[in-house]
Amino acid sequence: MSGHSTYQPQNKFLQWFEKRLPVGGLIHSSFVAYPTPRNLNYLWTFGGILAFMLGVQIITGIVLAMHYTPHVDLAFKSVEAIMRDVNFGWLLRYLHANGAAMFFLAVYVHMFRGIYYGSYKEPREVLWILGVIIYLLMMATGFMGYVLVWGQMSFWAATVITNLFSAIPGVGDAIVTWLWGGYAVGNPTLNRFYSLHYLLPFVIAGVVVLHIWALHVAGQNNPTGIDIKADKDTVAFTPYATVKDGFFMAVFCILYAWFVFYIPNFLGHADNYIPANPAVTPAEIVPEWYYLPFYAILRSIPDKLMGVIALFASIVVLAFIPWLDTSRVRSARYRPLFKQFFWLWVIACIGLGWLGSKQPEGIYVILSRIFTAYYFAFFLIVMPLLGIFEKTKPLPNSISESVLGAKA
Amino acid sequence: MRLILAGAIAGLRSYGKGANRTPPTRCPAFSGLPQPVRPAARRTSVLGSSLGRMNKPPEERALDVTTVSSAEHTRRDFLYIATGAVGAVGAAATLVPLIAQMNPDASTIAAGAPIEVDLAPISDGQIIKVFWRSKPIFIFHRTKKDIEEAQKVNVASLPDPEADSARVKQGHDQWLVLIGICTHLGCIPLAHQGEYDGWFCPCHGSQYDTSGRIRKGPAPKNLPLPPYKFVSDTKIQIG
Repeated sequence: MSGHSTYQPQNKFLQWFEKRLPVGGLIHSSFVAYPTPRNLNYLWTFGGILAFMLGVQIITGIVLAMHYTPHVDLAFKSVEAIMRDVNFGWLLRYLHANGAAMFFLAVYVHMFRGIYYGSYKEPREVLWILGVIIYLLMMATGFMGYVLVWGQMSFWAATVITNLFSAIPGVGDAIVTWLWGGYAVGNPTLNRFYSLHYLLPFVIAGVVVLHIWALHVAGQNNPTGIDIKADKDTVAFTPYATVKDGFFMAVFCILYAWFVFYIPNFLGHADNYIPANPAVTPAEIVPEWYYLPFYAILRSIPDKLMGVIALFASIVVLAFIPWLDTSRVRSARYRPLFKQFFWLWVIACIGLGWLGSKQPEGIYVILSRIFTAYYFAFFLIVMPLLGIFEKTKPLPNSISESVLGAKA
Repeated sequence: MRLILAGAIAGLRSYGKGANRTPPTRCPAFSGLPQPVRPAARRTSVLGSSLGRMNKPPEERALDVTTVSSAEHTRRDFLYIATGAVGAVGAAATLVPLIAQMNPDASTIAAGAPIEVDLAPISDGQIIKVFWRSKPIFIFHRTKKDIEEAQKVNVASLPDPEADSARVKQGHDQWLVLIGICTHLGCIPLAHQGEYDGWFCPCHGSQYDTSGRIRKGPAPKNLPLPPYKFVSDTKIQIG
């Protein structure tokens, strides 16, 4: 896609260096001369925002690790010491905790965008699956980071989530003991979660490199979903995409900063300011907001094993949508029926998130079941059938025609 | 596999200096494969060829890259299989400590030794909580009413059918000893709550009766019994 680099540095040293390691040419062809579709909207800025958030989480995380102690007797105290004693510790911790929430917010927008515009379809299947892998790694990392605080919610979240594996017939209990390193969540569990919480962001960074590589091989999708056919369909990455990404990143950071400086505990749970107590389960356990839809799916099914299977299936199914969706038209812009089913699905996802925060009783259980059923039906029934029955709208002849009208 | 091995061992015989020399006979198992052209005349020492390669035009350089025959069996093929096999076994053996280190360590296991609990101070209807192996153990001194409620239930109608008599020690009907961990996802149920006068789990709403049996909610099983025995009428040993 990017073709041969036209990068020719004027500086003698850069010329010397380029002959030995052509990294300048790689950057130039990937982020300067790289042709991007000229019709990208602001939803396409979230990839850059996500890369930025990963950087923020790694930098704030590394400095927090300089002050944190992964021991059951000291973990909670060390977090409080970060808040009260460490210079700017409160800022670094709030940036990290709210950064996780912003990271998930951005990834959800990114995923909804991908589904709406059919970015998972041929030839971007591998790109999409790498994205699903990154999302799974993010969930594991976020969960383990939450446990490190070692408050009541941390402890019981660790207990509930590790117990999901006890649903596996036969070997479930042995696996859970192995995960804990004891007979319950305890010091060995906290220690290994700390080790893995430090490791996984770098694994994510590695998969992100593959994700971007795959993106630059297949080329970006765009709001029309049609392929780039001529040079006039594209503009250069720099300055067009860089300034658009940069501008919206700044807008996104205003939201981020608003959370950090004005409502830093809004997304957290008050019970996590109580030190972990293995003898008392809090009156209500809820996960962080970004896991709530999956929590609602888990609880909507009255059988333990089936609930756990549904929970995992709700994420794994995403990896298969390049083949579940049989329509050859990518963008929902030209798929009137898909568009309606898509928005219903978004409502189901947000509804499940809301239901995940409610007590599992009465009308909430019934609604959770309806939304869970629709969540899966969207992928397993709607996507395969619409490709056959839907009458799509005519596609424009080219990206530039869709922007400039037929006279172009 | 046997054919490959036989071929590899046949290749062990040396047909002159250098493992790349063509042996006079070929392994029958692979005789159907196309034979690569071997530009033997071009081959020089490794150092010589790599030095020489630099000064040649690209099309000649490509010819210079000799591919060793895969169709004929040499000592190298044997080494390839032997090294691969040893490597695979070694990698598998290395996984054992890497995985086993995550299981409970010696001190955790040692701390899981049996404990004794004196029942005398527990009054009628009281539930106490003790810890054994980091797990909460409920000890319930049941009243007559609690026992009757537990016994009169139709066992067949339960999600996890078990008679009350199977959940207490014979002659000690008033003492119910349970591991206090909800069988759904590991929360600690709250005592004397819910519709069945037993326990109610605050996490996902499972309800247990006065025998610790699951009656309602997502938990699949009754609260489990820890291993314990009566060492005297008022003392039990857990573990």
